[in-house]
Amino acid sequence: MHSFELVKPATIQDAVAALKSDEAQALGGGQTLLPTMKARLAQAEQLVALSGVAEMHGICVDDDGRICIGGATTHATVAREASGYPALASLAGRIGDPAVRNRGTIGGSLANNDPSACYPAGVLASNATVVTNAREIDADDFFQGMFETALDEGEIITEVKFPVPEKAAYEKFLQPASRFPLVAVFVAKFSDGVRVAVTGASGDGVFRWSEAEAALSANFSPDAVKGLGDLDADDMISDLHGDGAYRAHLVSVMTARAVKAAV
Amino acid sequence: MTNVTMTVNGKSRTAAAEGRTLLVDWLREGLRMTGTHVGCDTSQCGACVVHVNGVAMKSCSVLAQEVDGAEVTTIEGMANADGSLGTIQQAFQDYHGLQCGFCTPGMVMSAAALLKENPRPTEADVRHYLEGNICRCTGYHNIVKAVMAASGQQVAPVAAE
Ligand SMILES: Cc1cc2nc3c(=O)[nH]c(=O)nc-3n(C[C@H](O)[C@H](O)[C@H](O)COP(=O)(O)OP(=O)(O)OC[C@H]3O[C@@H](n4cnc5c(N)ncnc54)[C@H](O)[C@@H]3O)c2cc1C
Ligand code: FES
Ligand code: FES
Repeated sequence: MHSFELVKPATIQDAVAALKSDEAQALGGGQTLLPTMKARLAQAEQLVALSGVAEMHGICVDDDGRICIGGATTHATVAREASGYPALASLAGRIGDPAVRNRGTIGGSLANNDPSACYPAGVLASNATVVTNAREIDADDFFQGMFETALDEGEIITEVKFPVPEKAAYEKFLQPASRFPLVAVFVAKFSDGVRVAVTGASGDGVFRWSEAEAALSANFSPDAVKGLGDLDADDMISDLHGDGAYRAHLVSVMTARAVKAAV
Repeated sequence: MTNVTMTVNGKSRTAAAEGRTLLVDWLREGLRMTGTHVGCDTSQCGACVVHVNGVAMKSCSVLAQEVDGAEVTTIEGMANADGSLGTIQQAFQDYHGLQCGFCTPGMVMSAAALLKENPRPTEADVRHYLEGNICRCTGYHNIVKAVMAASGQQVAPVAAE
């Protein structure tokens, strides 16, 4: 790793002030950033650790019944404590391995927006709101392609607010070497319709499968998915772990399984 | 360089750390405690797992300055006070849970974290919990047996396989 200075602010205000400098970068759990810096694929003059910002930790329920998760809350905490939204707790409890879950944070995962990450699917399918130090961003506007988000330079995710669906499930087809999903699908059924978010499949990152949403809003059953056929293989990631056609098929299978698990 | 102080295996220890110094390097190079191993550069192997304030983490992916003041337990803290092997370590020896031993410090620390959360795990629980600990030698069966035995449960003897 190239040399850098570490600062440990205790408040959001101090963290944002430290991040004003061009050469500063936020440090969440470090489970992505530190390996990337070790490989010298990223560098910074200063890392601003968010782990000491108490107001960014923990889970609560707001007046609208939404589950609100602090931006620096670890995957392990969400798995243990988000009992008001079991499908989300289950997603968090299947990220990586126990040691990764003890460090990695929801804010870090969303800011990174890895095209195979788990949380983006949960956030997009739940129609969650990403809260930053500056504004609130709808899930539909937040994810902007592989490793791209709506966040501005120095803007940090302080909280994520999840409306709780009537039914939901996350089905992850594991890529056992990386422990990320090869393909995973989050299905959420609300009173006004169904949302389906897919991760691991597209080079553009997480996306909503609108045909499946329409079909499932009319008939919330695995059979409704089977009638749709697979997505276009050319739009899918193709690599040594699975070609486009394989991933396209997995999207259908994982969606049907998620519906079954949610029923 | 700043001085960083932690309680390591019950003793207060101080050594210098740069901003970029990883906890594992602080332990290995700062304190010369080389029991904790580094098996990869990508946060994937688990050889470096230690407990920080009672929580298992990969010490190769934590900055020493960030956990200044913490209570840390490493593999060196797993032996009994008289220097004999602790329960989990002894079970690894009894059930041939290691060959080259490179992954073992991380395996033992992850197993200890599991048994704290779940004192009587099933075999499936053990395999699931150790997913982040990679072993290139044993094929895992004897590691799983060792952890089951360390939890006080009946395990078929190794020779019967
Ligand atoms: C072995 C292994 C297996 C994994 N398996 C999975 C998996 O199955 N599914 C999955 O989804 N992920 C997986 N991950 C990734 C893991 O979830 C990371 O924790 C996550 O991607 C990054 O979160 P972090 O808190 O560690 O962020 P960091 O690594 O600290 O930061 C990542 C990026 O986000 C920025 N950042 C951090 N926090 C904030 C914030 N609050 N606001 C704005 N920007 C911020 C940083 O500047 C950096 O650019 C795995 C990682 C490892 C090492
Ligand atoms: S050395 Fe830490 S995970 Fe491999
Ligand atoms: S005993 Fe050799 S890597 Fe596990």
